[in-house]
Amino acid sequence: MHELPVTENILDISLRHARAEGASRITDIYLVLGELSSIVDDSVQFYWDLISEGTIAEGAILHFTRIPITLHCLTCDARYTPSGEDFACPQCSSERVELDRGEEFYIDSIEIERKPDHDKTEVVEA
Amino acid sequence: MTERIPVVENILNANDRIALDNQQRLDEAGVFCINLMASPGAGKTSLIERTLPALSDRMAIAVIDGDVATSIDADRAAAAGATAVQINTGGQCHLDATQLRHALDELDLATFDLLIVENVGNLICPASFKIGAHTSALIASVPEGDDKPYKYPGMYRGVDALVINKTDLLPYIDFDMAYFRRGVELLNQGLVTFPLSCKTGEGMEAWIQWIEERTAQARNA
Repeated sequence: MHELPVTENILDISLRHARAEGASRITDIYLVLGELSSIVDDSVQFYWDLISEGTIAEGAILHFTRIPITLHCLTCDARYTPSGEDFACPQCSSERVELDRGEEFYIDSIEIERKPDHDKTEVVEA
Repeated sequence: MTERIPVVENILNANDRIALDNQQRLDEAGVFCINLMASPGAGKTSLIERTLPALSDRMAIAVIDGDVATSIDADRAAAAGATAVQINTGGQCHLDATQLRHALDELDLATFDLLIVENVGNLICPASFKIGAHTSALIASVPEGDDKPYKYPGMYRGVDALVINKTDLLPYIDFDMAYFRRGVELLNQGLVTFPLSCKTGEGMEAWIQWIEERTAQARNA
């Protein structure tokens, strides 16, 4: 179980980007997690509700996009999601394969509300 | 009105940066570092106990032991002749780069050639957290079963060497070595493997030689 430090990182990164944009509130956070990243959505959500309290990210909704494992066959060039525990290529049965997707673990984007007096475009025009 | 802001930042970015710092520190001190990972009971500490006497006349070795609690493993490494530092993770299931950084502070790095980090016994989480080691090795033991590469692909994918321990038990256990090796090969092509027994010592030479060569390469790099 390492969802607590992971959730703290999600909060740190989100707050840093939100501050740089002059946000008054973070309403949504979009996360991309590969199947191999061994993170439990529910645990992250549980910790999130605790640690985001009192920050501008309090109450933000976490959206998880799960990326299934995709393998690339080095023999016939097929790309496929393995069924069950067998990772061999379903087209040519080759066992020469490499991982294409499934290890992702990043924040894709955040949805924010801006403070009216910190509107970036105004600052640029002034 | 809300606005969508692109972030695209790895969640473990901070950890990865500290891992890079750790590796730089080790490089500057001329220390080669191995991250040793395995499930509980696979034989991490036993392998270290067997490895230390075989190398201690040729290099100075330090061991950092990660455990949820207790200092049993560090005590065993110290008894086998290494300078040992214990990290108690307080429940955390893996070592991270910050914990290793603190442990490095307790060692006079310049006096060592090799650092073996014994990660927390766990087949899932340690694979996700870089600590700054130069190479990583996984210990599988035959009583765990031949299906482990299929069940824990993340761990088998990310390592540079695989020790297959407790081979002395093969006659007594249903362990299909071909099936096991096929799973390993699917995840990590050409992975160097060391079938051995920490109990009988059989197969230890190849493992010792691998560490020696890798340490020498790092020293000459």
